[in-house]
Amino acid sequence: MKRLVLAAALLCTATPIAAEIHKIAPGDEAATRLQEALILAAPGDEIVLGAGRFVLTDGLSLDVDGVTLRGAGPALTILDFTTQQGAGEGLLVTSDNVTLRDFAVENPKGDGIKSKGADNIVYYRVRVTWTGGPLATNGAYGIYPVESTGVLVSHSEVSGASDAGIYVGQSSKITVRNSIATDNVAGIEIENSRDAIVTQNYVTRNTGGILVFDLPGLPVMGGGNVLITNNLVAGNNTPNFAPPGNIVAGVPRGTGIMVMANEQVWIEDNVVFDNPTAPFMVVSYTQAYDDARYNPFPREVVIANNVVDAGADDPEFPGGAALLAAFGGMLPPIMWDGLQQDSQTPALLTKPGTPGWSLNLSRQGQSLAEAQPGPLDVPAYGQPWAMDGIGASAELEARLK
Amino acid sequence: MRQGIGLLALACASFGAALGHATVIDAPAVNDTAILAGMPRSLSEYGFFIDGARQMPGERVTPYALNTPLWSDGAEKLRFIYLPEGTRLEADGDGLLQFPVGAAIIKTFAFGEGAERRLIETRVLLHRADGWTALPYRWNAEQTDATLALAGGRIDLVTPAGEAISYAIPNKNQCKACHSKDGVVIPIGPKSRNLSAEWLGQMAQRGALDTVPQGADLMPEWNDHAASPAAPLARAYLDVNCAHCHQPGGGASNSGLDLRWEQDSAHAIGIMKRPVAAGRGAGGHDFSILPGAPDKSILLYRMDSVEGGIAMPEIGKASVDREGSAVVRRWIMEMQQR
Repeated sequence: MKRLVLAAALLCTATPIAAEIHKIAPGDEAATRLQEALILAAPGDEIVLGAGRFVLTDGLSLDVDGVTLRGAGPALTILDFTTQQGAGEGLLVTSDNVTLRDFAVENPKGDGIKSKGADNIVYYRVRVTWTGGPLATNGAYGIYPVESTGVLVSHSEVSGASDAGIYVGQSSKITVRNSIATDNVAGIEIENSRDAIVTQNYVTRNTGGILVFDLPGLPVMGGGNVLITNNLVAGNNTPNFAPPGNIVAGVPRGTGIMVMANEQVWIEDNVVFDNPTAPFMVVSYTQAYDDARYNPFPREVVIANNVVDAGADDPEFPGGAALLAAFGGMLPPIMWDGLQQDSQTPALLTKPGTPGWSLNLSRQGQSLAEAQPGPLDVPAYGQPWAMDGIGASAELEARLK
Repeated sequence: MRQGIGLLALACASFGAALGHATVIDAPAVNDTAILAGMPRSLSEYGFFIDGARQMPGERVTPYALNTPLWSDGAEKLRFIYLPEGTRLEADGDGLLQFPVGAAIIKTFAFGEGAERRLIETRVLLHRADGWTALPYRWNAEQTDATLALAGGRIDLVTPAGEAISYAIPNKNQCKACHSKDGVVIPIGPKSRNLSAEWLGQMAQRGALDTVPQGADLMPEWNDHAASPAAPLARAYLDVNCAHCHQPGGGASNSGLDLRWEQDSAHAIGIMKRPVAAGRGAGGHDFSILPGAPDKSILLYRMDSVEGGIAMPEIGKASVDREGSAVVRRWIMEMQQR
């Protein structure tokens, strides 16, 4: 009996006993020491970065499951890629159950931190900054999980991304919360993803605040089941500095919360002000596409109770001035393009009496020049749909303790 | 004579010469144990070469060449396959040859010609019981041996095109960045369609390959690129240089761009395909490939760049492949405008 218990105890503790801590200090050969540690780590190991600046000329990568990469804090441990010569991102993670915490990435040439096919990843107190502010020469994404199930981004901060600060793509079971996104083209973007929660973030001085997009022609499509609550989305009025050609290059300066395509997005209890093109924007995919699997329409986007200002007083649209005059100097807070899949499937539902306006377009891909703007007339929303099990799992939350 | 056969003949001749000088009585056998486990510190521990500096292969180490090779800053590449005694390769249609456990693929990168030639690095792919392992080795200044470079490294050199570059030796993870599908390390190069029928025939004759499959030797010979039709060359080039990432299950699967030789959807190979996560890599263009307009095609824009965040491939190049770019340009130019 005793032996059995001992064996059981050994089994239970096998992983913790094996786990090692590897300390890496900045200084001579730090890049090599750090990359070697990332390669040689065993599952369960922790790599601890000392305080200071790590000067890196090449991208770092991690491909071992269950590793924690921890710094001394986002102000203290800095992975500095200002002189980066190669690789598409600062740090690439391709393994599961990884925790990244308490460090910063500065001035990567491409993306900041990309985790691809990396299930159950945690970003906690991670900062990605392009120190020159919003510039078209900055990398595209700051925090960039893609093709992953289980993503938690918490207490993190991104500024300067020439596409999206915090971008989650082609993923599911996502929580982005308690984070700050400033001076990016898009503050936070959830793209071609499902079961996502975006909550308690401060999103300001971006071109657009929070975007929920679904795009055609990608391996994973059919985004939806997204909850956007309790965010502060204010003063997103940075001129769009995305390189042309990218989908976000079409986001007008002064957009608060924007949904393109997707099914079932619930937007409630956000504080949304000083977004001078549109506090809320709900539209179909705007361009021509050739993909039979793709649905370009928003379906059941709910704009429930939010704290919002009177609306948009400086819209960045062609003909914006005339539009503004027609609406008496202020566009009401909700903007819709007027397109929906069919009459049984409303694109947008709101609280009765919430002012808004519609472009009244009649077909997907139609030019804005053909818009016939008028007041918003959409149904009232009912009970929320079941949202059990959306967002990152409790196991990811538990890693923060 | 094709390059592969030339290499093979050369290797045999060198081997004979070495024996003739009686400096090596018995060629030392390859160290099978080193292939099967661990991370040997130096390349010589494997015993792949009788003479490493001269890249003279040992017993059952066979040189090969590809019709259309991966371009790496113009490096000369010396490729070898090692097969343990009593094993052979098995063909799988026009695709990747199937290697027995215990096999190895060895690729040495060199710059400079004749007496000036310097070996820079040798990358090995080891087929172990639990799958393939990729390891990079960096040659020492004396050119006597190469040592394991897990974290990669950089070396300043001048390319054959005369450009001074900082050449990057990939780290172990970067090896996998290209050599991976669905998270598992695999070889890329030795596909039947990209190997000469002559070489495959010789291997089959020796019993080192089960059969020469249908679809062998389909890809065009890159050395003839100046005088050959653009489309097959461009598709072969994109397959070999890009498709290891740009395919379902590859490192760039999320882009939706699939540049494999066998992909026949125009949209998937980039024609009228909008960028997804290209960032400034889009260069202000709307489509990966705009038919008839190479200067408005993201694909070519990124091939022609060496700037981090724009340049493609993301790793393994520090200069622009002018010849590759010219072929892809010709291909896009010839496409019907839409």
